[in-house]
Amino acid sequence: MAKISLTVDGAKVSDDVEPRTTLVQYLREKLGKTGTVVGCDTSNCGACTVHLDGTSVKSCNVLAVQVDGASVTTIEGLAKDGQLHPVQESFRNCHGLQCGYCTPGMIMQSVALLEENPDPTEEEIRLGLEGNLCRCTGYQNIVKAVQEAAGTRAGASTAGAVAEEMDS
Amino acid sequence: MIPAPFEYLAPTTVEDALAALAEHGEDAKILGGGQSLLPVLRMRLNAPEMVIDLGKIESIRGIRDDGDAIVIGAMTTHAAVGSDPLVAEHAALVSRAVDHLADAQIRHRGTFGGALAHADPAGDLGAPALALGAQFVIAGPGGTRTVAADDFFIDLFETAIGEDEILTEVRIPKHTGWGAHYEKFVRVAHQWPIVAVAAAVRVEGGVIAEARVGLTNMGNTPLRARSVEEALVGVQATEDAVREAAGKAADGTNPPSDLNGQASYRKHLATVLTRRAVVTAAGG
Amino acid sequence: MTTTQDRPAVAKEIGQERRRKEDQRLITGRTRWTDNIVLPGMLHMAMVRSPFAHAKITSIDKSAAEASPNVVSVLTGADLGESQGVLINAWAITTDQVTPTHLPCPIDKVSFAGEIVAVVVARTQAEARDAAELVDVEYEELPAALDLKKSANDEVLAHPDLGTNKSAFWKFDSLEAGTGSSIDEAIEKARTDGVVIEREYRQQRLIPAFMEPRSTVVDPTGEQITMWSATQVPHILRFALAATTGVSESKIRVIAPDVGGGFGGKLQTTPEEWLTFAIANRLGKPVKFTETRSESLMVAHHGRDQWQKLTLAADKEGNVLGLKVDLLADLGAYVSLVGGGVPVLGAFMFNAIYKFPAYQFNCQTVLTNKTWTDAYRGAGRPEATFGIERMMSELAAELDMDPLELREKNWIKHEEFPFTTVAGLEYDTGNYEAATALAREMFGYDDLRAEQKRRRDAGDKVQLGIGISTFTEMCGLAPSRVLGQLNYGAGGWEHASVRMLATGKVEVVTGASAHGQGHETAFSQIVADRLGVAFDDVEVLHGDTQIAHKGLDTYGSRSLVVGGEALVKAADKVVEKAKPVAAHLLEASVDDIEFEGGRFTVRGTDQGLAIGEIAAAMFSAHDYPEGMEPSLDSEATFDPVNFNYPHGTHLCAMEVDTETGAVKMRKYVCVDDIGTVINPLIVSGQIHGGLVQGIAQALWEEAVYDDAGTLVSGSFVDYLLPTAADTMNYEIDHTSTPSITNTLGTKGVGEAGTIASTPAVVNAVVDAVRHLGVNDIQMPCTPERVWKAVNGVGAGGEASTEGAAAAHFDPATGMEGTTDRTTGGTQA
Repeated sequence: MAKISLTVDGAKVSDDVEPRTTLVQYLREKLGKTGTVVGCDTSNCGACTVHLDGTSVKSCNVLAVQVDGASVTTIEGLAKDGQLHPVQESFRNCHGLQCGYCTPGMIMQSVALLEENPDPTEEEIRLGLEGNLCRCTGYQNIVKAVQEAAGTRAGASTAGAVAEEMDS
Repeated sequence: MIPAPFEYLAPTTVEDALAALAEHGEDAKILGGGQSLLPVLRMRLNAPEMVIDLGKIESIRGIRDDGDAIVIGAMTTHAAVGSDPLVAEHAALVSRAVDHLADAQIRHRGTFGGALAHADPAGDLGAPALALGAQFVIAGPGGTRTVAADDFFIDLFETAIGEDEILTEVRIPKHTGWGAHYEKFVRVAHQWPIVAVAAAVRVEGGVIAEARVGLTNMGNTPLRARSVEEALVGVQATEDAVREAAGKAADGTNPPSDLNGQASYRKHLATVLTRRAVVTAAGG
Repeated sequence: MTTTQDRPAVAKEIGQERRRKEDQRLITGRTRWTDNIVLPGMLHMAMVRSPFAHAKITSIDKSAAEASPNVVSVLTGADLGESQGVLINAWAITTDQVTPTHLPCPIDKVSFAGEIVAVVVARTQAEARDAAELVDVEYEELPAALDLKKSANDEVLAHPDLGTNKSAFWKFDSLEAGTGSSIDEAIEKARTDGVVIEREYRQQRLIPAFMEPRSTVVDPTGEQITMWSATQVPHILRFALAATTGVSESKIRVIAPDVGGGFGGKLQTTPEEWLTFAIANRLGKPVKFTETRSESLMVAHHGRDQWQKLTLAADKEGNVLGLKVDLLADLGAYVSLVGGGVPVLGAFMFNAIYKFPAYQFNCQTVLTNKTWTDAYRGAGRPEATFGIERMMSELAAELDMDPLELREKNWIKHEEFPFTTVAGLEYDTGNYEAATALAREMFGYDDLRAEQKRRRDAGDKVQLGIGISTFTEMCGLAPSRVLGQLNYGAGGWEHASVRMLATGKVEVVTGASAHGQGHETAFSQIVADRLGVAFDDVEVLHGDTQIAHKGLDTYGSRSLVVGGEALVKAADKVVEKAKPVAAHLLEASVDDIEFEGGRFTVRGTDQGLAIGEIAAAMFSAHDYPEGMEPSLDSEATFDPVNFNYPHGTHLCAMEVDTETGAVKMRKYVCVDDIGTVINPLIVSGQIHGGLVQGIAQALWEEAVYDDAGTLVSGSFVDYLLPTAADTMNYEIDHTSTPSITNTLGTKGVGEAGTIASTPAVVNAVVDAVRHLGVNDIQMPCTPERVWKAVNGVGAGGEASTEGAAAAHFDPATGMEGTTDRTTGGTQA
């Protein structure tokens, strides 16, 4: 067992973990952060993507002991004070999800992508998401959601207006 | 999936890491960025008793200008290499290859030295390192030694790094002003390359003055296509002119046959991709 | 006179791009996947699986595993005996079908690589896995039946005790059925003075590869046994558990919580579910099993896997005369839940939208020592659509006709509906001309044809091809009487209930079980319009047999067209019940009550009551008509009388690099007629996702086995799912001829994209290089296959992938197979 202390979604946590425990396993089993999920065993699918000290990583590919002292943000910590992150909002608005299983990883990677490149082209978005598999959406509305969040999509404001109208 | 149990050490100096390695011998496995090791452990394809994490050794992280070479610390992440202006200016071929290595999350975590030490012949860094004549600085119990790229890759997943040694940095001779391109052929984006070609060329007045060409996944190790390099010297930097030299790319190679293609197809691909890589590198 | 309108007078919600109700949870991680469930004292299972495709189990030594820390139990098939139950086949396609007994954990023999031979139960998942490695099983390897064609000849037997690999032979003949003429005569005639196109196509084996690995939790404490499972079919699962374990149906509660995709892959009753159920009951403790991705790809059922021998007869003007289909379908080691029925679902679709005078369909299902197969998105219909749409393009090429023109010459004209096909189905509505005209315009068909010609003439290295797929499909499984005629083990109805709550809210319960389709949203839109209540006031409940006590679940594009119609009928009953109450409270005659926009009014007056007010009045029940029950709640079970038949025209432009064989999609346009659209946003998502799955069959995906029967494409490294970087934006639009088989006029959409896109893509790839002497490229159209076809060094119809995966992670074992880096491996 090894002692680790870190910050997860803004809260300080401290635990004894077996060295073999992966970060995603720690998040899910010890912290109950089940919003982050496991979709494969080869690190291809990206469903477990979280932010580690500000950059996106696949949390199946990081050991819990490696993140001692670090700060981790999961899908559960993305919304602040009940306000959805713009990327969460755009995924809903653009129907960028269906079953929702890839969604936590897809959103976390999209957020990281936009932080690194706030004004991406469609190709840059598609390449930026190459580490995340989705089986439902065909990616089209996911790409659209990232474009909308980036504010680069022509007509984004129209879609937003429609959504507003629908919600009223 | 969950790895088999192991012990874990995270030394903060190369000396401590070497001591730990000496103590645990072949029961130990070095953890760099972990992007290849952790899947292996999770799938229980390997079950070391001790994992030595180099992640806390600051001295082997980072990129510096060392006169005629750029020096990349082994624990520098791919993302850091990919966005580094020194690398872009003096070793553009490395920047090109890193850009499309694995995916963004892996690049954030995976390390330059780790990927080279892993020595997957389908890995994206071996061919550029070979092509640019990189030198591998390896620390061991008796001190530090430097191994030339030509002598570094021994076989499938096997390098010149001894069991009691650690790769600490990679020195890449400056190729300032050279054109560079990494032509990677995949079926889907997240694949290892079926074949890839790393090309760097120095063009003078529309003619190729010098060329360096490395091949990915054309044998048990990354390969340098010297016969292509030689044939390119003095050739016009145009597609037609390059074609004949590129046709030698598969000479002497022994590529694998697998789900993505037979050896004969890979040999053909190597010639086409070499032509394209060289032409693009030359700005054509 | 009808008392309720056939269509709501005010369609405020239907047709709106409502954002999904489901999403708030899913985008914030507030999800409940089965693997998230943790119960007090819960134990974890790990499976010991056979590395051999076919072997006798000679001994199992459990002692080391049993001694491992925190191991509670290690159980073999012999230990479990009859308590494990048995897995059922619900559709014996013939009365003499050969069906091997399928124990969840076999006792003395394994029949495919990955089959479970022992189960380890421990206090943690990690400890269960640690111990599973310590179970020592000795096998005596047997020859394995792997190749489909060879297996059909009984060269090696998958189950030697059965004496044959041939499971069932199913035939449809239009002359015998009285739906058409003689196929033999049609082919004979065409051989004399027409054209006969004969081809053999491979439908490669695919893996559904839903993103959420399957997981099951069983809690045996309490009076009822509760099973949570990542399933598409909680109701069928409950029935099958009860039927095979002797536990009363009412003692079993099955919950499908959030389910991460299915695509048919979770339309199964699985060994893992049965073992979790049996072992939880045996130990009296909650037990969980969650598969790894490697396990999922290896043992969760696969799809497709057919050889199709097709003979198309036509006259010289391109009028089709007859179609003969000879199929071999690989069942794998066992006949799964729907199993052999999948190719039979294609039997009615090979004739597609065309007016064939004669038709014959022959299908032999075959047992092999591979993973069992069952439904994968489209189930039988993609295979059929691929076959006919490839053949129509081949016929056009043979006759040097434009492939669109040839299709139009043969398809059913819009004024000919309803049309009874040569396969005996009655297509209710459709307009192929309209969909095609729109698609053609959006695509810029003529311009692309001109560009194609330019590139051909110039001998460009990169050639352009145009592929066409004018598809239809039968969806909305299914009319129960039709299923009865096909010997299917169940009906195809769906159940719904509508509960009017005291607060004015509406609770809707459906027997459909969503796993990403957005039922909560679309069903809320339907009910909101039908009852004139607010969208947000409707709550849709599903996926729990205790809440939705009756249902037949979600597959076969049935949820909206069958389940949605049940909902309409239940809602209409609520209105009917509310009417006399409204009359009573408004002191008017029932005959004078009108219902519109959620309000009951007295004709000719401004008096009225909202439906919510009536619900509240019925809840208090202080004042309601004599002889009535104080409830508006209603339920309905809807059994369709016919399938419905979405159709569409898909046009695809592919660029083929003749130097490398690499293919790149340039443009994809589809115009689908799915009748009335409830929510265009959800429909677009279904189409995009469906398209990509179909495109992936054409270009990327294939489950490949090696000579020993080991799945070598057993991880996402080698089973190639496309990423965002491999796909593009697809241009989609709709024409609409509402279905007349349901009130809303809807047609299924869940499978349409997948069914249509595969042949469109392959037709485009072949079209790009046809002038180079190519008339087929086997799927997936890998660069190597395309290059070999173009360069004549291997016909496109031949397999050219190696049965070996590259090692990337580990020198010793590679990922799951070994790469032969010196000599060529054998063909898969």
